Amino acid sequence: MPQITYREAIRHALAEELERDPNVVVMGEEVGQFHGAYKVTEGLLAKFGPTRVVDTPISEAGFIGLGVGASMLGVRPVMELMFWSFYSVAFDQILNNAANVRYMSGGQINCPIVIRGPANGGTNVGATHSHTPENVLANHPGVKVVVPATPYDAKGLLKSAIRDNDPVFFLENTILYGDKGEVPDGEIIVPLGKADVKRAGTDLTIVTYGRCVIHSLAAAEHLAKEHGVSVEVVDLRTIRPLDIDTVLASVAKTHRVLIVEEQKPFASVGSQLAFMIQREAFDELDGPIHRLATIDAPAIYSPPVETEQLPNPQRVIKAALEALA
Amino acid sequence: MTKKTSTIAKPKADATAARPDFSRAPVNAALTPAQKIDLYRTMVRIRRFEERSLRAYQAKKIGGFLHLYIGQEAVAVGCCSLMGKHDHVITAYRDHGHAIAVGMELNPLMAELYGKITGCSKGKGGSMHYFDPTRNFWGGHGIVGGQIPLGTGLAYALKYQGKKGAAMAFMGDGAVNQGAVHEAYNLAALWNLPVVFVIENNGYSMGTSQARSSAGELAKRAEGYDMPWGQCNGHDVYEVRACMDKYLTLAREESRPSTVEIDSYRYRGHSVADPDNTYRSKAEVEEYRRTKDPIQVFEVILTAEGVLTEALMEKIHTDARAEADTAADFAEASPYPTVEDIQKDVYWEADHPTERKSQGRLFFD
Ligand SMILES: Cc1ncc(C[n+]2csc(CCOP(=O)(O)OP(=O)(O)O)c2C)c(N)n1
Ligand SMILES: [Mg+2]
Repeated sequence: MPQITYREAIRHALAEELERDPNVVVMGEEVGQFHGAYKVTEGLLAKFGPTRVVDTPISEAGFIGLGVGASMLGVRPVMELMFWSFYSVAFDQILNNAANVRYMSGGQINCPIVIRGPANGGTNVGATHSHTPENVLANHPGVKVVVPATPYDAKGLLKSAIRDNDPVFFLENTILYGDKGEVPDGEIIVPLGKADVKRAGTDLTIVTYGRCVIHSLAAAEHLAKEHGVSVEVVDLRTIRPLDIDTVLASVAKTHRVLIVEEQKPFASVGSQLAFMIQREAFDELDGPIHRLATIDAPAIYSPPVETEQLPNPQRVIKAALEALA
Repeated sequence: MTKKTSTIAKPKADATAARPDFSRAPVNAALTPAQKIDLYRTMVRIRRFEERSLRAYQAKKIGGFLHLYIGQEAVAVGCCSLMGKHDHVITAYRDHGHAIAVGMELNPLMAELYGKITGCSKGKGGSMHYFDPTRNFWGGHGIVGGQIPLGTGLAYALKYQGKKGAAMAFMGDGAVNQGAVHEAYNLAALWNLPVVFVIENNGYSMGTSQARSSAGELAKRAEGYDMPWGQCNGHDVYEVRACMDKYLTLAREESRPSTVEIDSYRYRGHSVADPDNTYRSKAEVEEYRRTKDPIQVFEVILTAEGVLTEALMEKIHTDARAEADTAADFAEASPYPTVEDIQKDVYWEADHPTERKSQGRLFFD
């Protein structure tokens, strides 16, 4: 099977969907002539032309809102946010308009829009460019939120997202863009809302998603070798809809849980998970649910310290041992 | 107190001054007597509907806000009467007039106000959030200015799909100061999108007059984006049609956006429960009612044309009152949504379970 990068996987998904459905349009700042701020959309303009791959001004509220409006008439815009961090200037369009229009119209309208772009810390770009808003987004019924960790998942999930008839927010990661993985050529679909057990184990369940999956797998490897513990790593892949059943099945097996997330702790995705696990699997737990999150402060710039602010393999190992104690 | 104290604002076209005869504009000259009566009837139906809704509000049948359009009827009716198959409308929360003008029925509109399942949005949207995509009416939006990027997107979709139509994106005079509106202006002009941005200038955003909120002339801001712009009086439905026809044609034929400012006036408080004496005088409202009421203005015109008789006028008003009463009865008799209905219409997929492709839990408790 060919090895391609996470970036290429997303690009392939975009290209294949542009090819498949003439209603699909890719739009955003620098997506065309500049080949994408992170080169995700490189080559798409040359292949599909400026009607399908559209460069926008720096107007997130304007162009995201335009995409939402166009989606109401059946266009399927795939909008790139250069950073998900810039969602704040388009907050109204994303969470008042895209998320609510279906409901407020009594189900007469749907918005098949995808908004995608990177949402991560760890690149020393400071607090304004390091937001991870999946919890904020997922707090809004009506939207779907996807955070892929691997090239395979990125491709399969993005194709599902583009075909979905609800607004889907797709959160990528600049640090993962260069990661390689096996991805078959052509059609692969990963359904939204299906978690994936990335590593099987018996002693501890790590529930995680996004780049923290990679950290957790590295930590699990170390824990097996050095500490003789068997860790199961459950990758949520989609935050909403949430595959809680896969999480609960793992908890029923290991009876101990550590949640690992690149989120500020207060009211994070992990908070919701912890609530659901204690509510639905209380009797399965042999100890309190543990959580490793971002250290609770705006993203620090200082490069070596930012690594420590975020979850990393060393921090995961420490948290796992605590959860097993 | 006068409507505007700004020295920059151009004087309002004076209703008493000699004005062009808008009945001769081709788009009006082409109207049959029946079509003229329809314009009149629609304005009357809007007014009677809203007066009836006001009574229901006072009787505590309606919750939340009720932003009445009374006084502005000629704007929505004039604009929407020009709609063709591929023309679309989006507006803000003062949306009853536009909804009726695009042809929505009064029963579901009234029921929506009452929060009933038979409402146009199944009681989920309320007064500010009327929708009817089957009539190219895309809401009904509660965030000032937030609908303008959406309207620009409707125009974008038309152009993308190669349809010869235009989107009308309505906003108030207060909305022009929202950043999203300017982002939308720029996109529309940059990409030559077939959209007409319609500023319904009723002189006030809540209790703030135009002079206290906006620098310069409102529509003229379009110049900064190289967009054509125009202004007209909104109490004469003929004038609205004549003016809008030009800009809609520009949008449909040449895919050029524009901004049109239509001067108008609202008689009621911002929302009906809002105080109405802190920022304008009773005399000011009375003056408008007396000289520029859109229904009366059109009555005079149609009577002079020999199209409207006293008897027909009577009948139209009586019928409209009865229709509004029937709508109120319908709303009253209709059931509320159930608790089970709360979580319907959230996700397309949840509403189409056989077509669902995603897995996992969509709702949480
Ligand atoms: C973003 C936002 N800010 C404030 C409000 C509260 N608000 C609702 S209507 C309104 C006045 C808007 O006036 P205008 O645009 O002139 O429209 P009109 O009510 O006259 O039709 C305000 C301040 C809001 N709904 N949205
Ligand atoms: Mg106003």
